[in-house]
Amino acid sequence: MYAQLVKSEGSKTREEMTPEEIAFQDRIDRNEKIEPKEWMPEGYRKTLIRQIGQHAHSEIVGQLPEGNWITRAPTLERKAILLAKVQDEAGHGLYLYCAAETLGVSRDELLEALHSGKMKYSSIFNYPTLTWADMGAVGWLVDGAAIMNQVPLQRTSYGPYSRAMIRICKEESFHQRQGYDIMMKMCAGTPEQKAMAQDALNRFWYPALMMFGPSDKDSVHSAQSMAWKIKMNTNDELRQKFVDQTVPQAEYLGLTVPDPDLKWNEEKGGYDFSEPDWSEFFAVIAGNGPCNAERLGARVKAWEDGAWFRDGLMAHAAKASERARAARHAAE
Amino acid sequence: MSSEWPLWEIFIRGQHGLNHRHVGSLHAPDAEMAIRNARDVYTRRNEGVSIWVVRSNDITASSPSEKGPLYDPSNSKVYRHPTFYDIPDEVGHM
Amino acid sequence: MPSLPDMTTPNLDALAGQALAQGGHAQVPAPDAGQPQFVEFLQRMGDNCLILGHRVSEWCGHSPALEEDIALANQALDLIGQCQLWLGLAGEVEGRGRDADALAYLRDAGAFRNLLLVELPNGDFGVTLMRQFLFDAFHIEMLRALRTSADPRVAEIAAKAEKEVAYHLERSADLVIRLGDGTDESHRRMQAALAKLWPYTGEMFLDDAVDQAMADAGVAPLPSALKAAWDRTVASVLDEATLALPADGWHHKGGKNGIHTEHLGYILAQMQFLQRAYPGAKW
Repeated sequence: MYAQLVKSEGSKTREEMTPEEIAFQDRIDRNEKIEPKEWMPEGYRKTLIRQIGQHAHSEIVGQLPEGNWITRAPTLERKAILLAKVQDEAGHGLYLYCAAETLGVSRDELLEALHSGKMKYSSIFNYPTLTWADMGAVGWLVDGAAIMNQVPLQRTSYGPYSRAMIRICKEESFHQRQGYDIMMKMCAGTPEQKAMAQDALNRFWYPALMMFGPSDKDSVHSAQSMAWKIKMNTNDELRQKFVDQTVPQAEYLGLTVPDPDLKWNEEKGGYDFSEPDWSEFFAVIAGNGPCNAERLGARVKAWEDGAWFRDGLMAHAAKASERARAARHAAE
Repeated sequence: MSSEWPLWEIFIRGQHGLNHRHVGSLHAPDAEMAIRNARDVYTRRNEGVSIWVVRSNDITASSPSEKGPLYDPSNSKVYRHPTFYDIPDEVGHM
Repeated sequence: MPSLPDMTTPNLDALAGQALAQGGHAQVPAPDAGQPQFVEFLQRMGDNCLILGHRVSEWCGHSPALEEDIALANQALDLIGQCQLWLGLAGEVEGRGRDADALAYLRDAGAFRNLLLVELPNGDFGVTLMRQFLFDAFHIEMLRALRTSADPRVAEIAAKAEKEVAYHLERSADLVIRLGDGTDESHRRMQAALAKLWPYTGEMFLDDAVDQAMADAGVAPLPSALKAAWDRTVASVLDEATLALPADGWHHKGGKNGIHTEHLGYILAQMQFLQRAYPGAKW
């Protein structure tokens, strides 16, 4: 999802656990929320920082492919909607960084880890947005895939993460709809527009499937994260759910999902579909996607170019508080 | 590396006269800017709301290890909870 | 976008609307037809919002801090919203069937009426903030005066926009003060931004025949009448920011009459690309 391949720390059987760890696991099993500063296994804390941090990074890097089209949006209304949506992503990044900060890491430390490449963001944002239809496809498919993961995460065991997800899900409800709305307009438009919509689906279908991460059989970190209720569903469960939900939506648009082997399987009550090319996924994660260098470069530039601004405001705040202190002193 | 803007906890009272409620946190160089950022981030500019900001470091929280003694007494005062009282159906909603 | 009722001539408007809805040509001329100067004035208001909103939106995803990114996006959203109202009214008054989108996306640079100041490139964050402050301080005075416009539609848009712009000014003035009186570097950058932008501020207060006609009709103030208040705001903010007020010198002009910098053409090339490449398509 927005958090892929999050390495999970430790995976112990009940017999190997300390009494503290057993009590902790029991609380989670009773659906109690874990709150900041309460005792938690170090592995739980570290895994959460990785996952929430990666999720936050994905939100702010995710601003870029869509931000790309704000200045080229085809109508004033579309411009306003897109801007509001990309602004929401900044807000969601902010909520998530704050949630991570309750675990004893600062936002600046997390950003530094992003900039140095130590922490990752979702592979999906390393694909280019080449046409206006991509704004539709990103909203429909990418936000659709994200929502699939985020809705269950509202029930995650860590209180601040859960509360951030609740707020995010509430605000995000329009994101997928606006994407689909763009697709509907284009599919009902001129032949060129419809071709653009089909092309966007062709390019984003498999990258969207990759968002859920590798197949369960290759996913080494899932079990512990699921026991801790940091991860609520397996990758394959969510991917199947996404395909089942999306195929009829594509049919309604009159678009063809770019998978010749896609077909309804009556027995399992879901679609059979082709796996994405996982070697491409690992190449993108390793930094070799079409836009990795540009995306990270843009974030680093924003951060470095803004240093004087952040420092200037800190310096002023220090001066102002010193002046206020001196004034109080003089008055006494 | 430069010093980071401090973290602030944001409390907002909505239109309906309810208490200020914790809505989240954000970074800002000082209290005045924290209020303005809160207005942009957490109200998306809704007028007519009241915002409190508190430096996260200045909040004293009950420690989780004291969870037993601090919370148990009031848990025993079940009469504070509306469901403690059986109200006959004929009386209607109360 | 809320539609603004025409309180002066409701019957004519309704008739015109009916005629259009029936698919024929409007038999009744729009009540404001033959007011090219009014249209001109409304485009000036709308184009300032459109072009500045465009520039501010360029920062989305690239600001120095997340909190700032979100605040700037709010500002750009306000400006785009205001632009829709002003250009919507301009199209209505013009009576040639152009709506706000047609005006934004299908005019060439020479038909744009925004000030040169708002089309200048963003530069560093200091230039962006200083440009915003210099414009906000003018914008607020204009909107305050327009609240008592003889045209109720203008007064209504101004009343809505004034609330938003008051907040823009509060933010931009405060940031100019903080950065002017921050570090040596932030001070230097803000002073440099001021020097760069100052020659583009004079155009805000130049009166021409359009302005005179609007003032005579009681629709809008003479821009020159707003200068004293702007001077006071700017002087007091710069003073608190420990920034030196530039000496009054040469001022560029032309935007209000369609003679722009080279920058506007690039803005439009980007903004209008889809509408130009796929004429008549619905999005």
